[in-house]
Amino acid sequence: MNIVVCVKQVPDTATERKLRSDDKTLDRDAVDGVVNELDEYAVEEALKLKEAHGGEVTVLTMGPGKATETIRKALAMGADKAVHLTDDALHGSDALSTSYALSQALKRIGFDLVVLGSESTDARTGMLPAMLAERLDVPQLTLANKVEIEGGEVVIQRITDYGYDKVAAELPAVLSVVEKINEPRYPSFKGIMAAKKKPVETLAIGDAEIAADQVGLGAAWSEVVEFAAAPPRAAGTIVKDEGDGGQKAADFLASKKFI
Amino acid sequence: MSEILVLVDHVDGEVKKVTLELLTLARSLGTPAAVWAGPGITDAAKARLAEYGAEKIYVEGSGDIVDFVVAPKAELLAHLMAEKSPAAVLVAATSEGKEIAGRLAVKTDSGVITDAVGLGEGFVAEQSIFGGGVNVRSRVRRGTPIVAVRPNSTAPVAAAGAGAEEQVSLMLSGSARGARVLDRVKQEKGARPELTEAAIVVSGGRGVGSAENFSVIEGLADALGAAVGASRAATDAGWYPHQFQVGQTGKTVSPQLYVAAGISGAIQHRAGMQTAKTIVAINKDPEAPIFELADYGVVGDLHQVVPQLAEEVKKRK
Repeated sequence: MNIVVCVKQVPDTATERKLRSDDKTLDRDAVDGVVNELDEYAVEEALKLKEAHGGEVTVLTMGPGKATETIRKALAMGADKAVHLTDDALHGSDALSTSYALSQALKRIGFDLVVLGSESTDARTGMLPAMLAERLDVPQLTLANKVEIEGGEVVIQRITDYGYDKVAAELPAVLSVVEKINEPRYPSFKGIMAAKKKPVETLAIGDAEIAADQVGLGAAWSEVVEFAAAPPRAAGTIVKDEGDGGQKAADFLASKKFI
Repeated sequence: MSEILVLVDHVDGEVKKVTLELLTLARSLGTPAAVWAGPGITDAAKARLAEYGAEKIYVEGSGDIVDFVVAPKAELLAHLMAEKSPAAVLVAATSEGKEIAGRLAVKTDSGVITDAVGLGEGFVAEQSIFGGGVNVRSRVRRGTPIVAVRPNSTAPVAAAGAGAEEQVSLMLSGSARGARVLDRVKQEKGARPELTEAAIVVSGGRGVGSAENFSVIEGLADALGAAVGASRAATDAGWYPHQFQVGQTGKTVSPQLYVAAGISGAIQHRAGMQTAKTIVAINKDPEAPIFELADYGVVGDLHQVVPQLAEEVKKRK
């Protein structure tokens, strides 16, 4: 089975994230990049599926040069090879452009199963897996907390508000996974060393037949009009519990008409 | 005024509160038209949609719409966009709502904005990003604006609309039948409101100390008619189920009142609750960052303060 797992480098959520004042895009240079946490579950699930059913795991990432750190981590976890889609023309791409660019790269790579984390911790739109399924015209198996493959059919538990749906589809398909579907492995020393020798192919937009006028900030379907640091919340009242903390909190709730 | 399509969120034939919020919002920007996808619409549901301003109710009641994942609903909305040329399409910013919005945007070559917490003239959306640290105003500049609006962004206000029903019949494409729902499994959630929709959320964190002690959190939640949430520390420890996790990698909530008990307020957590209107924090560490957000904070042991608060709430109701 040919599995492609999409990973994204995102700013470390522990650092202060900012938009650039010039083009109102995320300032990726100002912060440390880490693997999007939910993508680690995607890599782990891809590796588990390969271990159970055979095949190959290819890492696909789109991002600037420093996203290679993210590729190395996924390779160190055990993926076989990687494709890095990187081009200045991609800067500022929104979810629609990104899904278009990734779908073109995926068509070039070829796949039975595309695996992604259900959302990124930076943009948090949660739309990309569904958009990819639409663009690639393959079934959408998203928000999975359990995956089983038998024959050519994939069956997942799709998380819903009321519990879960059991959903089935034939391969090829797009799969997105939620947190806690598995326990992502830590790269071993051996894995880290081996990752250095694994092939990483670099693609520019032309290599994947990505039209320049469909990607990047200029092509974005939506735009940030303006932004500002959220005003700090007005300082609240903090009291020390002297045995009546619950009553005081109740007074506050009553003053706000919650009770 | 132009029509604004509002995709109805419904469960067991009942219209969810977020849909009433979207209708209220749509009224300020155009003429709301509700879109009901799937079987099970009732007269009560239609009356509810009309009560909150739906001038039209488009109904595609076939089972196929809900028997396949997401794609049929996106096809239905794309069909209606082509037929009715609406000024905008609003969906709830739930996991599924955002997926529908994403597929619809691809299908119709239209821009999409997710997690709007407000929507104004020209369909300029307000968003709160990076864990609530930055406020953004953004707009769609290609196609018809598709906006996924967070539950609790606006208070639902009734204002009667005609509620004229129009049956829609969609020929579902083969592509939309790719992912088949075999079974729907409803997990017991008791009488509490749904976490992302709830007007009040009471969450417990590391300070709760054990799974058993979550009964303290549940006690306050039930006194307030609230949903229960948990921090990642609490779900990682296995004290409370993961689906109740509020935060960066869990649910995002925007309730009227958020009570954080035994939660320090790390960025992971703040990202999921910072847009709550009123925040009350109870923590024994006076230095806990949650107090920076709190409108009201009690420095003390939650095991004393929370039960006392629950008792007071019951007494005063």
